[in-house]
Amino acid sequence: MGYTIAEKILAEHAGCEVRPGQIVSVPVDMAMANELSAALAIKELDKWGVDKLADPARVCLIPDHFAPAKDINAAGIAKVVRDFANKHRVKYYLEVGRAGIEHAVIPLEGIILPGQIMVGGDSHTCTAGAISCFATGVGSTDIAGAWATGEVWLKVPQSARLTYTGKLRPHVYGKDLILHTLRDLGTAGATYMAIEYQGEVFDQLPIWDRFTMANMAIEAGAKTGLFQFDDKTRELVESTPRYMLEKPHYTIASPDPDAVYALERTYDVSDLEPQVACPFSPDNVKPVSRVKDIKIDQVVIGSCTNGWLEDLLRAAELFKRRTVHPDVRVIILPGSQRIARQAFDLGLPQIFIDAGCIFSTSTCGPCIGGHMGVLGEKEVCVSTTNRNFAGRMGHLSSEVYLANPAVAAASAVLGRIGSPDEL
Amino acid sequence: MNLKGKVYRVGDNINTDVIMPGRWCHLTDDAELAGHCMEDLDADFHKKIKPGDIIVADDNFGCGSSREVAPLSIKAVGIGGVVAKSYARIFYRNSINIGLPIFESPECVEATEAGDELEIDMFGGKIINHTKGKEFTFAPFPPFMKTIIEKGGLRGWVLEKLGR
Repeated sequence: MGYTIAEKILAEHAGCEVRPGQIVSVPVDMAMANELSAALAIKELDKWGVDKLADPARVCLIPDHFAPAKDINAAGIAKVVRDFANKHRVKYYLEVGRAGIEHAVIPLEGIILPGQIMVGGDSHTCTAGAISCFATGVGSTDIAGAWATGEVWLKVPQSARLTYTGKLRPHVYGKDLILHTLRDLGTAGATYMAIEYQGEVFDQLPIWDRFTMANMAIEAGAKTGLFQFDDKTRELVESTPRYMLEKPHYTIASPDPDAVYALERTYDVSDLEPQVACPFSPDNVKPVSRVKDIKIDQVVIGSCTNGWLEDLLRAAELFKRRTVHPDVRVIILPGSQRIARQAFDLGLPQIFIDAGCIFSTSTCGPCIGGHMGVLGEKEVCVSTTNRNFAGRMGHLSSEVYLANPAVAAASAVLGRIGSPDEL
Repeated sequence: MNLKGKVYRVGDNINTDVIMPGRWCHLTDDAELAGHCMEDLDADFHKKIKPGDIIVADDNFGCGSSREVAPLSIKAVGIGGVVAKSYARIFYRNSINIGLPIFESPECVEATEAGDELEIDMFGGKIINHTKGKEFTFAPFPPFMKTIIEKGGLRGWVLEKLGR
C-alpha cells in the first residue's frame, strides 16, 4: 500500500511511517501569522511565560489584514507584532511596502519550499500547497505552540484525489474549476482531507491557477490542497529571491501509484463555462449564463485567491479601451508588492486607471469587510476572493458573488453580472 | 467531569464570519469579544446566554476563517460546551487548544431543541437530555487530545515539551 503526497511529507518530518487518523508531532519549517493572528499568539506566549522562540528563522510575520493600519487600534496591533519581531530577531518580518498579502508573498519570496510543512494563522495558508508543500491553517494558540516548541501536532489526513480532464473553453480558469468542484463536494465535502489536484488540464494553465485552487481547498473543508511537483513548480521555486540567495535544499514528494484515496473524483471540464458562487456560500455555484442580469455596485479583483500577475493580465485584457459602468466601483488588489511591480512593468495599472478602476495596495481589507472597500446595506459585489458568507465583505444584507477575474472585469463594464463573451 | 446547561440551538454551516465578524477580528479582550459573539445571527446572543449554556448545532460548525477569536468569543460569553453533528477542522482544533469543550453527536443534535437541559459527561462519552429524558453517546477523544483537554488546552503540551 503506497502513500499520498501529504503522507510522504508528514512521514518524512515525523521520522516514522504514518497512516491517516494517526496523530503525530512534527517539526514545522515555517510558522506564519498575519498581524491579527500574531497578536493573539503573542498574548498567548506571554500568558504561558514563554520568552524564547524555538527558531526565529522559522517564523514569518506579515501585516496584511488591517494593513496599512485602518485605524489607531489596528496600528497598535501592528506595533505589537513589529516589536515582537524586533525583539526576537524574527527572520521573516515583512513590513507594509515590502510584502503584500501573506499567501502571495510567501511562495513568491521562497519563504516556503516544496516538501516542507508550514502552519499559518490564517485558513488560506493552504494556498502554498500549489508548490507541493504541506501548508495548513491553524489558530493563534497553535502558532504560539509552534513558535515556542518548533513543532505542531497534526492528525494525518486522509487524501482526496481530484482529476480534471478535457480542453478548457476561453475565459475558464482555475477559479472555475475549483468553484465547479465546490458545487459538487459542498463546503464540508473534503473535511479533514488533503486534496491532491491533478490532470491534463493543468498543462493548459499557468502555475498561478494552482494557487487559486489550493487557496480554496479550505472552502471544501480540506486541511490542505496539493499539486504534484513538476517543471512549472521548479521554475517558480528556483527563481524566488530566497532560493537564488541561499540555494536551500528541498525535497520532492510524489504520490505512489498504489496510494490510497478516501475520495476520488474526475471532472471532464471541456464544456465548463465560467462559474459564479452565489450568496451566501462558496458552494452555491452556477454557470455565469444563469446568473446574468444581477445589477452590481462593486467589483473586487485580486486577493490571495486571484491576485496573481496572470489574473491581473486577464482582467486588464478586458478593460483595454473600455470603461467601468457608471454605477460600479472597481478595486484592483494585487497579491503582493512584487506582483504590483510586475504589473507596472507591463503597463497594467495604466489600463485599470484609464478604465476607471482603483489600483489599490495589497491588503486583505475588502475581502474580510475590514477596510478599503467595505460594502454598505444591500450592495452587491462581484469578487474574485474566496468567501461570500453573509456579512463577509460588509453589511449583513450585502451580497457577494465569487467569480474569476475575467468575469469580474466583464461584469464591471456591463454593470451587471456577465460573461466576457458579452463584451 | 460533567457540564450542564440550557441549549442554544443553531443550524448547518455556522461559519466563523457569523460567530465573530471580520470587523471585530482586531479584538483580543474577552469581555469585548463576548459582546459581539454571534451578533450577525442574533444581536442579543450575549444577553441570552447564561454561564454554562450549551450550543447545539447541525453540520460543519465553525467553517471558514481560522480566526481563533471565534471559539474564544464563545468561551468568553460563558458557553460551557458545543455539541454538533460535525465541525470544520480548524475550529475543532482551536477549540481543543483553547479549552472549549466540544463534542460530536449527530443523534443528540437530532433529538435536541432550544431550551432543553443537557448534561455532558466529558470523558464518559455520554450526553443526557434531561428535558427529553434521553441519553446519547459520543466517541471518546483520542488519548492525545484527551491529554490536551485535561491540561486545559495546548499550554500544558507546550510547557511539557519545554521541560517545565
